[in-house]
Amino acid sequence: MSLQFIADGLLIGAMVGLGAIGVTLTYSILGFANFVHGEFIAWGAYACLVIAGLIGLAVGADIAPLGPFSIGWTILVAAVIAMAFTGGLALALDWLLFARLRKHGNAIVLVMASFGASMALRSLLEFLFTSEPAYFSRDIQIAIPLGLGIRVTPDQMLMLGLTAVLVTAMHLLITRTAIGRAMRAVSENPALARVAGIDVAGVIRKTWLIGGALACAAGIVAGITVQIRPFMGFDLLLPMFAAAILGGIGSVPGAVVGGLIVGLAESCAVQFVGAEYRAAVAFLLLIAVLLVKPAGLFGRGDA
Amino acid sequence: MTTAVLRAEAIVAGYEPDLPILNGASFEVRDREIVALLGPNGAGKSTLIKAIAGLVPISSGVVTLAGEEITRLPAHVLIRRGLGFVPQTENVFTTMSIDDNLKLAAAVLEKPRRGPRIAAMYAMFPALAARRHLAAGRLSGGQRQMLAIARALLVEPKVLMLDEPSAGLSPKVAAEVFENLLKIRASGVAIALVEQSVRAALSIADRAYILAEGRNRHEGAAADLCDDPVIARLYLGGDPTAARANP
Repeated sequence: MSLQFIADGLLIGAMVGLGAIGVTLTYSILGFANFVHGEFIAWGAYACLVIAGLIGLAVGADIAPLGPFSIGWTILVAAVIAMAFTGGLALALDWLLFARLRKHGNAIVLVMASFGASMALRSLLEFLFTSEPAYFSRDIQIAIPLGLGIRVTPDQMLMLGLTAVLVTAMHLLITRTAIGRAMRAVSENPALARVAGIDVAGVIRKTWLIGGALACAAGIVAGITVQIRPFMGFDLLLPMFAAAILGGIGSVPGAVVGGLIVGLAESCAVQFVGAEYRAAVAFLLLIAVLLVKPAGLFGRGDA
Repeated sequence: MTTAVLRAEAIVAGYEPDLPILNGASFEVRDREIVALLGPNGAGKSTLIKAIAGLVPISSGVVTLAGEEITRLPAHVLIRRGLGFVPQTENVFTTMSIDDNLKLAAAVLEKPRRGPRIAAMYAMFPALAARRHLAAGRLSGGQRQMLAIARALLVEPKVLMLDEPSAGLSPKVAAEVFENLLKIRASGVAIALVEQSVRAALSIADRAYILAEGRNRHEGAAADLCDDPVIARLYLGGDPTAARANP
């Protein structure tokens, strides 16, 4: 039997996990399920595509791919700019919408507002770029055999590596730095955080920036390994929420492990049960874990 | 005459703008003084120090710290100005280690001062030093109170405000907390203390204010309030001699 489904599951899981970090951070610090996060993924991917195209135009020459990969240096430069752009987009949306609604302190209003903003942003993306898929590169990559029937393309390996680097960096940021401690403090007890000298509004701004930037990274990974579509973020939304809840709200390693479990469960379902049941299997697994550990795998008891 | 470090004048405040809990309450804390804020449940004692700490909106009134007006400044700015606050419950970050709780508070200081101030807190509270990597949620009530006080003291406040520091503690542990407050006062920090345990509070306080319905009712030297039979009967639970005999 080919073990290709394990590699496929890890790839899907890495994408889901990367996106779920932003979901878990905004959920734990702002206290609501932010549906716009899926749109940050799609907007981030399109932003990277557009910026890379503009750099290509400015350079005025064909951009050669880097080594065995299908992408050139322009994508890497554009990725950094797009992450900043998407972080800024998240911040702007907070300033325009969520910050005003937060004053009323009603989580359900925030959730519904995020649902509406999500649809508006997705429609705008579809209007700007149509629903036709777009690609960072149309080069055909030859998958490299790794043994046990597993084949992985160089792009997929690069994306797995970049995901691992980003996740490690985020984990270190949360656990070892002053801003990470401040984010954990605001997540646990915002009032106490204020009297401990933390500028809670500043922490919220940084959370949007980081969450938006990571969503963009997830979008670029999805765009390079699959394709770019206006609905790409929406399609990842439920698995991302599942991953964040499975891992335990507020936990960065939990979001990643949750993402990998969801990804592997989906690809196992495709292999052994049938593609039409992939989402059902992932969510049954989520329910089973929550019945045993209601706060999620790495969650706080009071979450 | 000793100067007032913290002064709150005619404070009107509450969680809803049209439903004030405080109706003109005032008090002051002088240099190296312990002041107790006392009164029946619902008198507005906790609301008063929360309002000064920036956690409850102030509708009118003036608060000054070391002569500078600080009314309505955000809570995180007040900490930098020298106003420490220890809430009654949920006063430590339970999912974080003792060390992270202190490092979090130290972030408001300039970098070179952070390490020495954390070391000073561990020296003051050795029980915390021995458990520095333990999650604060696993500490006993008394140890949590110590950590909460250490967090507030770490930034070298001019005034430390505490909301019922003995709540939920055994009499022995509460006595240790009050002993620590005396040491903190001796180190030069003025203290404002809200307490339900009136006799214990008066035993360490220099002066006290008695509030009811969001207003000042009585004020004076702690010893005088203990000896006043009317006040003892109305607010302190009876026999004035008991206040001196059972601090």
